[in-house]
Amino acid sequence: MAGILATAQVTSSLALSLASGRSLFLIIDLLGIACFSYLVAKRLLPLLRGQRDFRLDRPWLRLGKVLKFWLVQWKQPRYFVAGILHIFLFAGFLVLLIHSFSLVIVGISEHFVMPGFSGRVGDVYDVLKDYAATLVFFSVAIAAVRRAFFKPARYAVPAKYGKDHTTEAVFILGLIATLMIADGFFDASHAAAQLQLGQAVQWLPVLSLPWMLKSALLSAPLATLQTIHFGAYVVHDLTFFVFLCFLPMGKHFHVITSFFNVYFAKLDRGTLKPVRWGVTDDHLDQVKSFGVKTFEDFTWKHMLDFYTCADCGRCSDNCPANAVGRPLSPRFLTIKARDYAFQHYPVLGHESNGTPLIGSIYSEDEIWSCTTCGACEAECPLLIEYIDKVVDLRRGMVDDGNVPQSLQKPLKALESRGNPYGKMEKKKADWANAKEFQQICPVKTLDAKNGADTLYFVDSITAYDDRMQSIGRATAKILNHVGENFGILGASERDSGHEVRRFGEETLFMALRDHNVEAIRASGIRRIVTADPHAYNALKHDYKNLPPVEHISQVIAREVKTGKIKFDPIANENSVYTYHDPCYLGRHNQIYDDPRDVLDAIPGLKRVEMTRSRDRSFCCGGGGLMLFYEPKEDQRMGVKRVQMAAEAGANVMVTACPFCMVNIEDAIKVAGLEGKMTAIDLAELVDQQIARPSPDLNKEQADEIKDCVATSESASRPE
Amino acid sequence: MEILVCVRRVPDTSENEIELNRAGNDIERDELVYSINEADNYAVEEALQIAARVGGTVTVATVGSEDDEEVLRREMAMGANRGVLISDDAFSGSDGRGIATILKAFVEQGHYDLVLTGVQAEDGGAQVGGMLAALLDYPFASLVTSIEPLDAKKLKIGREIAGGNKEMNEIDLPCVLSIQTGINEPRYVGMRGIRQVAGVPIPTFGAKDLGIGACAVGEAAAKVRRVDYFVPALGKGAEILRGTREENVDKVLELVAAKGGLK
Repeated sequence: MAGILATAQVTSSLALSLASGRSLFLIIDLLGIACFSYLVAKRLLPLLRGQRDFRLDRPWLRLGKVLKFWLVQWKQPRYFVAGILHIFLFAGFLVLLIHSFSLVIVGISEHFVMPGFSGRVGDVYDVLKDYAATLVFFSVAIAAVRRAFFKPARYAVPAKYGKDHTTEAVFILGLIATLMIADGFFDASHAAAQLQLGQAVQWLPVLSLPWMLKSALLSAPLATLQTIHFGAYVVHDLTFFVFLCFLPMGKHFHVITSFFNVYFAKLDRGTLKPVRWGVTDDHLDQVKSFGVKTFEDFTWKHMLDFYTCADCGRCSDNCPANAVGRPLSPRFLTIKARDYAFQHYPVLGHESNGTPLIGSIYSEDEIWSCTTCGACEAECPLLIEYIDKVVDLRRGMVDDGNVPQSLQKPLKALESRGNPYGKMEKKKADWANAKEFQQICPVKTLDAKNGADTLYFVDSITAYDDRMQSIGRATAKILNHVGENFGILGASERDSGHEVRRFGEETLFMALRDHNVEAIRASGIRRIVTADPHAYNALKHDYKNLPPVEHISQVIAREVKTGKIKFDPIANENSVYTYHDPCYLGRHNQIYDDPRDVLDAIPGLKRVEMTRSRDRSFCCGGGGLMLFYEPKEDQRMGVKRVQMAAEAGANVMVTACPFCMVNIEDAIKVAGLEGKMTAIDLAELVDQQIARPSPDLNKEQADEIKDCVATSESASRPE
Repeated sequence: MEILVCVRRVPDTSENEIELNRAGNDIERDELVYSINEADNYAVEEALQIAARVGGTVTVATVGSEDDEEVLRREMAMGANRGVLISDDAFSGSDGRGIATILKAFVEQGHYDLVLTGVQAEDGGAQVGGMLAALLDYPFASLVTSIEPLDAKKLKIGREIAGGNKEMNEIDLPCVLSIQTGINEPRYVGMRGIRQVAGVPIPTFGAKDLGIGACAVGEAAAKVRRVDYFVPALGKGAEILRGTREENVDKVLELVAAKGGLK
C-alpha cells in the first residue's frame, strides 16, 4: 500500500514546491560545504605536524572494535540513563544521515531520490526515519532537561578549568531539535496539502513527529502550508549546515571523529607506546628530545583523541586521583589540550606553536598525580588514551631534568643498586635464606650450577620490605606445595622497572630490563611466575621474548582445579572477605576471575563484592615509585578504598599485589579501622588455608592414616 | 660570570650499609656505590641557574682519581660546560689543607669570578671551602642559602643562622661560597643525560700542570691524620608510647611542646 502511494508521490507533480528557492539553496549548500571543508582542513593541520603513530595494522581487529564500541556503543550503558539516551540519539543519527543528505539535494533537484532508496527499501526507510526523528527529538528533550535541571555532577566544570560547558551542550541539543521539527513540518505540510488536494497521500507513521504535526496542520490554508513547507526547508537547510560547521568547533566534533578514533584505537592492553614510533631502542640515543614537551610532540592519534572527547566526564568520575582531590582530572587533561589546539591553530589567522605545555596548560603535579590505574580508559566510550599521554609528558619532564626531589633518590638508587630503596644486591634473597624457612621450604638461587623449570620473579618490594617478604615466602611455599621445580635470581634480579618506565625514565628502564632479560635467559628457566602484578605486567608487556609469565593467582586457580591444592575451612565464622582488584592484574591484564575462583574454593569463606570492582576497581594509591611521590591530595586513595570495603560489609580485604598491601594496610590505620578491618594477600591466605598432611607424620604414616579412614568409612557404610 | 664548582664523589649513605674494615681505620669499600656529594650537587645547580640568568660558564672540578670522572659526567649532564679532573699520585693522602692548596693552584690558572663548594662533604669536615678562600685571599661565606647577582662585582647572599633565622650579606667578587642543601631544587640527571656527555673529553691536571711542589700536598704534608674510625655504641633507644590513641596524642603534644616545637 505504502509502496504504491510513494510511487504515486514521486511520479505525480508535488503538492508543494521548493522550486522558487533553488538558487538560494544552492548558495546555502555550497557555502555550507565550503565552510565545513575549510574547518576540517584547519583541524587536520596539527595532526599533520604531530608525531608518527602506527595505527594501520590489524584492520579486522580494528573493524571489530568499530562494530563493538562505535556501532553498538558497547560502553554507553555503563552509565545507564545517559547511555541509553545516547544510543537513541546515535541510532537516530545513523538512520537520519541518509535522509538529511537527500533532503539537502532535494532543495536543488526536487525529484531526487537517494540511489537504492526507491521502491520498497525507500518505504521501509521512510517509516524508520520518521520514528528515528521522533526518538531523537524526545531524547534531545530529555537530555536538555537533564543537563539544564538535574545537572549530573560529572558535567560540572571546576572554576580552575574555566566556564561551564552547559551552554554549548544545550545549544547543540537545540540545533538537533530544530532539525527534527523542521524536517517534521516539511513532511507534515506536504502531507496535509496532498490531503487537501485529494492527491495520493504520503503515508506518515502513526505517532511519529511528522504525523503529529500533520494532524495539527490539516485545517491550514494551502498557501500557509506552502509557506510552512518552504520555510521548514530553509530552516532545515540552514540548521543542517550550521550544525555541520559547528561540529569541529567543540566537543561535538566527536560526531565526525569518533568512527576514526575507535578504528585507530590502541589494541594492546597493558603496553606503553614507544618513545618514538619507528625508532628502535638502539637508535634512541639519536632522538634529540624525549616525550611530549610541546603540543606537536603528541602523536596525531593523541591529537585526534583530544578532538574526539565528548566531555561526558566519565573518566574523571572514575579517576581515583580526581576523587581524592589530587590536581588531576583526565577529562580536563583532554579538554585543555583541545582548547590549546583550537587556540594555537585558529580557524582564522596564523598558527602559533612551540610553547611548553608544562607550566602553561598542565602543571607538574597534575602529571605526576596519575597512578596509571587505567580507570579512565576502561570507562571512555570513545576509547581515548590517557596513560600513554601521561607517560609521554613525564618522559618530557624527565628529559628536562624536571623530576620531583622525592623521586630523585629512588631513581638514583635504581640506577646504582637496581632497587628504589638503595639496598644491597647481595641481600635480595635474604627473605628466603633464613634457616628456619629454608627447612620448611627450600628456595634455590639460580646460577650456573642450580637450574629450575620455573623462575619466581620476586621484584624489589617483596624481596626487601619486611612486611611484603611474607608474600614472597607464601608464594614460595605454594610453589613448593604444588611440586614446582622453581628458583629465584637473587642478587642478579633487578627491579622490573615497571614504574620506572611509567614515570617516564625510559633509559633507566631499558637498563633494568636488559639486565633482567640477560639474567633470565642465562638461568635457562622455561616459565616465570610472579606475585607482583606490576612485575607481571612489565615481564609480559614491557619485556620482549621471554618465556611465558603467570601471576601466582593463575597458578593457584589452576592447581585448585587439578586438585593439587585443597583447602581447610575458614576458622573464623565472622570473617567477611572482599577482593580488591589490583589495577595491573585486573584492568590491565583482565585477570578478574582466577583470584575470585580461588577464594570461592575455600570452604566457609564468605565473600562480598564492592560496588567498585573488576574493571571499575578503585586504585589503592599506586605502586612502585608512586610510594615515594608526595602528592597534593585531600585524602588517601587507600582510605577511600578501605571505606568502600567496609560499606560492602567486609572485614577482610584480600588483594594480590604487594603495593596494594602497603597502601591498604596504611589506609586501615589512617581510616581508624584497626581491629575492624584487616588485609591479606591472596598468596598469604592460600598458604594459610592449604590443607597439608600433619607435619609430625611422614608420608607413609599419612598414607596409612588415609587408608584407615577410607576403610573405616567404607566399613561403616550401610550395606 | 665564570663559575667554578668544586665537587666530590662520596659513598652514598642512603645506598650503602657502611661497615668498618678489619683494620678498623676505614670503612669497607668493596661493595660501595658512590654519588656526587649532595651539597655539591646543589652548588652545581645554583651555578647553572646563575649562569642561565646572567650568562657565563660553569666548570666542575674534583680532586681525585679516574673513578671520580663519573660525578663530573653527571654534573656535565646537568648542564655544566666543562669538567676537570685534578689528579696526581702526589695528591693522595692530602688533608683538608692539602686539597685546598691543590684547588688554589687550579683556581689561579683560570679566571673565575665565583667559586662554589658544597657546605661539606658527607665523608669530610667542611674544611676546604674556607681554607681555599683564605689561601686565595678571597672573601668567603659559608652556609649560603640564596644568591642574587647585584652587578658584575657584587652578590647579595643569604645565610642560614641557627634557630631558623637568616641574614643577608653583600659580598665582593671574586669570592668563595659554601652552599647549603635546600638552596634550590637540583634538576634530575638520568642515564640518558650521562650517556649524551660520555664522549666529551675531561682534561686532567696533575701536580706539574698546576705547579704544585710535592712537599706541599699529599700524605707527607698532611698535618691532620685519622687515627681511629668507629661506629659509636648505640645510646638509649626511642621512647615508644604504649597508651591509647588519645593518650598518645596528648603525650606527643606534650613532648613536642617541651622541646620548643610548639609555640
